[in-house]
Amino acid sequence: MTITSLVPLPVLLPLLGSGAALMLFRYPKAQRLVSVVVLAAVVVVAAVLLVVVDREGPQVVWLGGWNELGVALVADRLAALMLLVSAIVTLAVLLYSLGQGISDSNRSAPVSIYHPTFLTLVAGVSNAFLAGDLFNLFVSFEILLFASYVLLTLGGTGGRIRAGTIYVVVNALSSMLFLITIAAIYAAVGTLNLAQIAVRLDDLPDSTQLMLHLLLLVTFSIKAAVFPLSLWLPDSYPTAPAPVTAVFAGLLTKVGVYAIIRTETLLFPGGELRTLLMVFAMASMLIGILGAIAQSDMKRLLSFTLVSHIGYMIFGIGLASGAGMAGAVFYVAHHITIQTALFLVVGLIERQAGSTALLRLGGLARLFPLLGVLFFVAGMNLAGIPPLSGFIGKVGLLEAGIADGGAMAWTLVVAGTVTSLLTLYAVAKSWSLAFWRSPQEAHAMAEELAVADGVQTAGSPTVGRRGQVRLDTTSYDAGEVREAGAIVDGDRPDRDLHQRLEDDGMPTRLPVLMTAPAAALVAVSVGITVVAGPLYAYTERASLDLMDRGRYTTAVDEAAR
Amino acid sequence: MEVNLTLVLVAGALVGCGAYLLLERSLTRVLVGLVLLSNGVNIALLSTGGRAGDAPFYGSTAVDDMSDPLPQAMILTAIVITLATLAFLLAMAHRSWQLTGHDDVQDDTEDARIRRLAVDDATSDSYGLTADGQDDDDPRQEGS
Repeated sequence: MTITSLVPLPVLLPLLGSGAALMLFRYPKAQRLVSVVVLAAVVVVAAVLLVVVDREGPQVVWLGGWNELGVALVADRLAALMLLVSAIVTLAVLLYSLGQGISDSNRSAPVSIYHPTFLTLVAGVSNAFLAGDLFNLFVSFEILLFASYVLLTLGGTGGRIRAGTIYVVVNALSSMLFLITIAAIYAAVGTLNLAQIAVRLDDLPDSTQLMLHLLLLVTFSIKAAVFPLSLWLPDSYPTAPAPVTAVFAGLLTKVGVYAIIRTETLLFPGGELRTLLMVFAMASMLIGILGAIAQSDMKRLLSFTLVSHIGYMIFGIGLASGAGMAGAVFYVAHHITIQTALFLVVGLIERQAGSTALLRLGGLARLFPLLGVLFFVAGMNLAGIPPLSGFIGKVGLLEAGIADGGAMAWTLVVAGTVTSLLTLYAVAKSWSLAFWRSPQEAHAMAEELAVADGVQTAGSPTVGRRGQVRLDTTSYDAGEVREAGAIVDGDRPDRDLHQRLEDDGMPTRLPVLMTAPAAALVAVSVGITVVAGPLYAYTERASLDLMDRGRYTTAVDEAAR
Repeated sequence: MEVNLTLVLVAGALVGCGAYLLLERSLTRVLVGLVLLSNGVNIALLSTGGRAGDAPFYGSTAVDDMSDPLPQAMILTAIVITLATLAFLLAMAHRSWQLTGHDDVQDDTEDARIRRLAVDDATSDSYGLTADGQDDDDPRQEGS
């Protein structure tokens, strides 16, 4: 038993735990215990791996003793950091969903399925970070995708089926594309082991290399939601249960970003497509954040900021310099925690106030001051206000861009700053609408909207028979008015805050079991600021590893002997 | 490496037809499209193994006469995964039919709403909601 035996554990433990949880479906308490223990163990294993890898270099395991022909799991500095961050985040989300299950008496969701699926998702994510083989990466994508299909359509309500359809079809398509890429790479170099591909790719003609490079980038960009390939994301994420959206938003896109980092550093170093990457990074940033500003629902707004901030990471990767890569890795670690934390806080808002639509919210600051603090800190962190970790990540990336000095890099520095400011605007808008105006004002505004525009609010002619929405650009905004009308109409069950307050129908206390994990995650994201020095030094070492791909290939090679 | 032209052509045709069907609105057709697409991709994978040879059992034939077993193993994995995806999609199509009476992929109503909102922004009162909802300093007077 050597220290390398730890490497497969982040995959094995959740998979075994998932099986155990499935068998224990009749005993919810035992099921919860299994999930929590397993994920806590993964956090410990990941932390140990991080220390070991940092001291002794990449740890490699060839599974099944099929040296050189088999499947390798590789934990280098980047993979170990990703593992640790994802383990912490998934544990927090699991505790949050436990709290939600315990506090909400309604048991309509099939909880017995939730835990095994969640653990499978964690196994898939861990496997993707550790995969040293392209086909293994494909399989881990499929593991996590399958778990995500189930989690996204949990309960099978109309909205979730609609969102799930888009999500499943897009991801099935990207899986097919990945398989085509794998076929092309296997045909070209005769191996799928990343380290071996890296060595053999150099012998290929430039045009073939370029084609393989583009194929891989397109495949992973769909997963990572880089702008033109990101349109599926805001459509599919917001309808899922809050903890599911949180873990998807935090982790799944970052798995795509991780795969892009691997491709760009290990297989195609030198930044051949850097201009292309930077153009799409800029498009993601700006178009994503402009989309976020237009939204009137907090979950959708956050989904758009997610797309926008993926742009920062792609920017760092596109710089193809050590500093850029270090900034990107730090930003990934920061963004996983902050995006998940924000979605958890918004989930709490939804549970307490009954909605995430900004039209319906108001006065939350007085009702739930703690919620206000959590949302404010997390929102400012996302926007990058000093001294929070988002600021450090952005400064790292912008410095790397300035050091690069090229025209494209400078353009992106400007775009990054603008995006940061616009993020601040988007977050501040929802902060002031949801927390600071009184519920009465919100109600009055909705009333005004309904009266001013709504002469003909009856019926719902907007959704056609075959599901297409007819876009009548000349008329008023029927949906918004209908919504406002619904708020004014006192008989509706989904009342806004003002009406609920009048009926005393508001839960006045925050559920501790849900608030604590959300608060803990916000604290972790703030804590990243405290440990920013060592952490940034670590990501710089990780990026040195990445820029010198010889370390990775030699480690894999030596382990095979 | 020798490449079998028939396999490549068949793979191309299947992928083409699959891509066309994916563009349909009905989920059942999308499903058939995915079936064709995945078969095409699997055939493409098969063609990467080079010339067909003897069964790759160690010791039964010379190594040079064997087929490459790796693409076949990958195809098997891919088939299993596709099967599961298709079963899931079929279940979703059925559920969608249960809920709405058809299995068409539906547009996002929220999206359409936001677009309408943008068109109306300049004239309607909703402008105040999206652009400057925070410029009021009324004393807060909500009760509980």
